[in-house]
Amino acid sequence: MTTIDIDALLDNEESRVIVCCGSGGVGKTTTAAALALRAAERGRQTVVLTIDPARRLAQALGLRELGNHPKQVQVEGFEPKGELWAMMLDMRRTFDDMVRVHAGPERAEQLLQNPFYQTISTSFSGTQEYMAMEKLGQLAATGEWDLIIVDTPPSRSALDFLDAPTRLSSALDGRMIRLLTAPAKAGGWGLRKVVNAGFSMFAKAVSTIIGGQLLTDASAFMQAFDSMFGGFRERARKTAELLRSSGTSFLVVAAPEPDALREASYFVERLSSESMPLAGLIANRTHPVLAKLSGAEALAAAESLQEGDTNAPLAEAVLRLHADRVELAAREERLLARFTRAHPEVALAKVPALAGDVHDLDGLRDIGVKLAG
Amino acid sequence: MTVSHAGWTDELARARLHFVTGKGGTGKTTLAAALGLALAREGRRVLLIEVEGRQGIAQLFDTEPLPYAEQRIAAVPGGGELRALHIDVEAALLEYFEMFYNLGFAGRTLRRMGAIEFATTLAPGLRDVLLTGKIKECVGRTESDGRHTYDAVVVDSPPTGRVVKFLDVTKALTDLAKTGPIRGQADGVVRLLHSGETAVHLATLLEEMPVRETVEAVAELDGADLRPGAVLVNRVRPPRLPARSVTAAADGRVDASRVRTGLASAGLKLPEDTLDALVEETVEHAVRVAAEQRAREQLAEADLPTLELPDLTDGIDVAALYDLAEALTDQGVRL
Repeated sequence: MTTIDIDALLDNEESRVIVCCGSGGVGKTTTAAALALRAAERGRQTVVLTIDPARRLAQALGLRELGNHPKQVQVEGFEPKGELWAMMLDMRRTFDDMVRVHAGPERAEQLLQNPFYQTISTSFSGTQEYMAMEKLGQLAATGEWDLIIVDTPPSRSALDFLDAPTRLSSALDGRMIRLLTAPAKAGGWGLRKVVNAGFSMFAKAVSTIIGGQLLTDASAFMQAFDSMFGGFRERARKTAELLRSSGTSFLVVAAPEPDALREASYFVERLSSESMPLAGLIANRTHPVLAKLSGAEALAAAESLQEGDTNAPLAEAVLRLHADRVELAAREERLLARFTRAHPEVALAKVPALAGDVHDLDGLRDIGVKLAG
Repeated sequence: MTVSHAGWTDELARARLHFVTGKGGTGKTTLAAALGLALAREGRRVLLIEVEGRQGIAQLFDTEPLPYAEQRIAAVPGGGELRALHIDVEAALLEYFEMFYNLGFAGRTLRRMGAIEFATTLAPGLRDVLLTGKIKECVGRTESDGRHTYDAVVVDSPPTGRVVKFLDVTKALTDLAKTGPIRGQADGVVRLLHSGETAVHLATLLEEMPVRETVEAVAELDGADLRPGAVLVNRVRPPRLPARSVTAAADGRVDASRVRTGLASAGLKLPEDTLDALVEETVEHAVRVAAEQRAREQLAEADLPTLELPDLTDGIDVAALYDLAEALTDQGVRL
């Protein structure tokens, strides 16, 4: 098993983007913030893009609301050698901004008012992932930071952010929408002759179910959207290119739990098949055993205290909680060993769990120290 | 230290449709399966439904991915049976179309073309209406003798962030045509979901974020006039320290000399650094127990029946599911 050299990764001037990915609830956001803080203190001009930080973490970074633009982290006594900037993604505003840039003022207003746009920009599954990648592209394009650290959305699958741009494109670009919306546009079933009968039946069925108004909205949206589609696709292509470039590293974050590690395995395989550069796996919140005392010995001693005459509830508790911890650590080691056997090439960093939540920069700095080993 | 277990209420015992939601990572699929097993005791037949296309149930029971068909997934002591169904939205939509329009072969072609994904993209509410429609059909289905096919239906639901949108079919319907086949059926779905036959259970861990999401989801469910069921606290680890020592220990105050004397009387003479490390482990344990206690207090605000499930160090396999089901039964889960 090799260990990730986190400091070498952060110090390397060729490193421009670090993407933290993994399934939900494994501590991606905190890891991203801790890496960013460490990079800033080691001299990099760093920005961290967070998706949905816990309130106290957001406060620690001085983020009180969705800003959608990076703000410099300024806390008394915090004087990093470089700079630390942070932002929280505002999905809707990012989408709106993108529409404004591509559509020109008049058409943009039309689009933003369209009810179908409102659905796509807030409810389409994958919009958040798409916008996170769009924002990354924007931050990279400014050239204002020399290191961008990105958190990824708590998706159903950790892979969603890789697929979201394509999925949204195919939903908005396909022949499907033209065929389906054509009747509404033409005010009739003019395409019936040219498409197969099954499809026109389907279009009719869809229209019966979702209603004419929605199809009209969708049609209007598509007409306005058509002109900017090329621009969208071009940006998605550029972001994908950025993700594949040598300046980008992926860190897969996983808790030492079966589900999270299974998801991490999928991710590692996917990254390698997409030739995306993987820096390693962060096994987050491990519980290493601190005291050199076997579980069996501790339990035997606890039993003898319980059965004996001495009243030593504290010592008994200490022994039992130590035995619990030995058992937990052994399970975590087993799970990680299984992962390493399946992916021997993946470097690993283990980050012991903190006892409490992170609520200030000192807490983040502690995690950074643990990350660096 | 302990929270009073209101346990499973009579009201919950009357519900036939159980949704299990929770923040991602709280184990809602596991708890939905355990609840299904617990409800299937005494010769009952229960259906466990998955709606998010993750095949989590198949992984949990270590079987092949589930098809879009109800099939037996586990036998339950006492002659009970658990069946599982993975609802595939595309298949469900085609099922509708087949009912009302004879699409035949064209249906499969459309599926290949991605037409159905497109339709559900156009109207995201359609997806939820289809899923809840299929769930209602399963709940209401009867056998030739007039008895319900299933004594209970348990749904591994979308996470807390999306669950109210999923269940608030009335709202989703605004996406859809004012008349038409799906609309007609949806009115029945709305009645079922807002009735006493339905309960929405919330899986959580004793951690800050899951607990906050639980409390928020309860308020959201109340606001949408949906009925929160029980809070299922997952992965509860035993507190080892005497209750009176927790606060001090969490502050870093552990009486090392008392530990040393105690260990000595058990015949353990440990080097000083090992003793220090044990104290450090104890402080970490106490900090966690104190945080869990705060989480419990916050959960109490939700004022719901609360059931606790133990953390299983060896992880979750089929045998562990039966253990969790037993823990639920012990806390009163019944039909």
